[in-house]
Amino acid sequence: MKHTISVLVENRFGAFNRVATMFSGRGFNVHSISIGETEDPEISRMTLVTSGDDQIIEQVVKQLNRLIDTIKVFDLTGQPRVERELALITVFYQKGTRPELTNICDIFRGKIVDINNKTLTLEITGPPDKIDAAMNVLTQYGIKEIARSGTVALKRGEQSKTTVKISSTTKEKVKQ
Amino acid sequence: MKETRQKISGADIFFECLRKEKVEYIFGYPGGAVLKLYEKLYDVDFLQHILTRHEQGATHAAEGYAKATGKVGVVLVTSGPGATNTVTGIADAYMDSIPIVVFTGQVPTKLIGNDAFQEADIMGISRPITKHNFLVRDVKELAGTIRKAFFIASTGRPGPVLVDLPKDVINSVCEFEYPEKVEIRGYKPTFIGHQIQIKKAAEMLKKAKRPLLYVGGGVIMSGGTRELYLLAKENNLPVTMTLQGLGAFPGTDELALGMLGMHGTYWANQAVNSCDLLIALGARFDDRVTGKVETFSLKSFKIHVDVDPTAIDKNIIVDLPIVGDVKHVIAELASEMDEHPDRSDWWKQIEKWKKECPFELDANDGKLRTQFVIEKISEKTKGEAVIVSDVGQHQMWIAQHYKFVYPRSHLTSGGLGTMGFSVPASIGAAFGIKDRPIISISGDGGFQMNIQELITAVAYKLPIKFIVINNSFLGMVRQWQELFHAEKYSFTDLSKSNPDFRKVAEAFGLAAFSTDNPKEVRSLLDEAFAINDRPVFIEFKVVKEDMVFPMVPAGASIGEMMTKRLNPKTMV
Repeated sequence: MKHTISVLVENRFGAFNRVATMFSGRGFNVHSISIGETEDPEISRMTLVTSGDDQIIEQVVKQLNRLIDTIKVFDLTGQPRVERELALITVFYQKGTRPELTNICDIFRGKIVDINNKTLTLEITGPPDKIDAAMNVLTQYGIKEIARSGTVALKRGEQSKTTVKISSTTKEKVKQ
Repeated sequence: MKETRQKISGADIFFECLRKEKVEYIFGYPGGAVLKLYEKLYDVDFLQHILTRHEQGATHAAEGYAKATGKVGVVLVTSGPGATNTVTGIADAYMDSIPIVVFTGQVPTKLIGNDAFQEADIMGISRPITKHNFLVRDVKELAGTIRKAFFIASTGRPGPVLVDLPKDVINSVCEFEYPEKVEIRGYKPTFIGHQIQIKKAAEMLKKAKRPLLYVGGGVIMSGGTRELYLLAKENNLPVTMTLQGLGAFPGTDELALGMLGMHGTYWANQAVNSCDLLIALGARFDDRVTGKVETFSLKSFKIHVDVDPTAIDKNIIVDLPIVGDVKHVIAELASEMDEHPDRSDWWKQIEKWKKECPFELDANDGKLRTQFVIEKISEKTKGEAVIVSDVGQHQMWIAQHYKFVYPRSHLTSGGLGTMGFSVPASIGAAFGIKDRPIISISGDGGFQMNIQELITAVAYKLPIKFIVINNSFLGMVRQWQELFHAEKYSFTDLSKSNPDFRKVAEAFGLAAFSTDNPKEVRSLLDEAFAINDRPVFIEFKVVKEDMVFPMVPAGASIGEMMTKRLNPKTMV
């Protein structure tokens, strides 16, 4: 079963590498990893999509917690959450197919963000299965290139980082 | 007015930090990137630097020191090859949870990543084999980093920490302030066990008809051996120990069942598979202990006490986990015990197993055997020596036949199984322990893997007894070749290519003895133990083809032990 795990890590040299090394060293699956700074520049949020039976997922969570640079680990699976992925998809078009592609883009509530005389680039955002569906439809037109961000997720209603002390720099920013 | 401190160099800060951490010994080897540190070291008087002959030796020596004393072992080496040579020792310390801090020199920060002379990405290399590692990029971070390194290495489940020190960081200056407190928001090891879980464990133990304590190295590391002794004695509980757990409970005690697992005792393994309550204390259900996990101790309710949550439910799913300091949990558990049910049937059963399949006696053919040598050493030292074993058959025979009385007396590479561990680790132990004999025991294979460290023992006049059990074979590999690999003794026969060990030892400056006669063992040990102003070497030339029994073949259930040599062809 797929699990979406959200990890707050120190925004520090090597922290990402520690997580990646742990996954490969212990033979855990990784479907996607995405990482970015949070509102506190000292903390990054990593969203991992992994899979395995309950025992393996328990180990994944524990091993993540065991890393010194890990501040907090949440398994979002089964919890109310917002889960999104962004894809940039460049497809070939001919004279006749351009309206069709625009139409498909609308159906997926995407945007056309680039165009030249052979290809156009769609930006589609949504849960990973929506991206998969869009890719399926677009394949017949000929996909030139694709870039997917990997899943990012947050628990619904969660005040991000209530459990983590807000650093002094952030506090000052909030005041301003 | 704010007090202004004098600015001092990174090298001075380094030693001031070690002074604050009360470091007594550094095991190390100088080189280009750490020259500034060695320049300062020349005048440092509050600690002693021990020069080994190889960086791997330094790391194992630090492990030996740490394991024998419970203090943090410290290593200092240069960049590049100096750093990469420590890798085996660091991996060994990681597997066996030994607190060491390894300081590696590094090329100046500006050159990192440029393939500079003697540069290696030791941060990347050591990441999966350290509890944590640090690259110090600014001298202002140096003191805080060293404080954290010692804290992380020695708390929770202990382990190795590496600190990479670029040359320019060591050379630059700043004000020195050693932080009083360490605050790492991502690192808060659980110390106190969950009260309700402990109460539940006590209820289970009160009800249990066939309980068994399965004791690992964590009991020794947490300093909980006294608490264990009281719990076992007051409740009349059988105790089986892992390889790293030996010494946690006196091997001479009637409650001790010896080691469990692949080369454990028949009765300990039978007890594991027949008990109705298995209490694992500071152990990790390693594959050498469990054998086939699907058939491991199926009848038992399992309680697992460990400071490391990842150890729980990793290999064996347990019924009642307790995360916490093992010493603390054992004490709490013992205080809950007010009933002592009659368990004479259980003990009768264990005694029956003991009689069913005792350790096989040596064939009385006048030839020298390892088991006999180990028994004589055990008798000679009354089980009170610090035994530093290497890896292989002799290691298992020591585990079976040496009756360890004290904790921190059995130093061995259990998890990683590093040949070449014994000689350097015994040197580290000899600096930490002065009031008990230190005995290094190796096979003829492993002895040659860090043989250069003999000169370190000679240089520091350490009264270590270096014993080599020479069967002219890589014995344990040979045993597997005979049993499972069609008797193809592929590259394990050293009989034509071993050196004359006695002469080698003499050349290094040791008093050296050798024998193949069982009748001489006792007198030779007496003679060797009378020498205490320098290291001694003793070679015991034993029979070539002996095998360690009983044995659980890899992947088999621990209930199915091979108790003696059978015709290999009938074994499939």
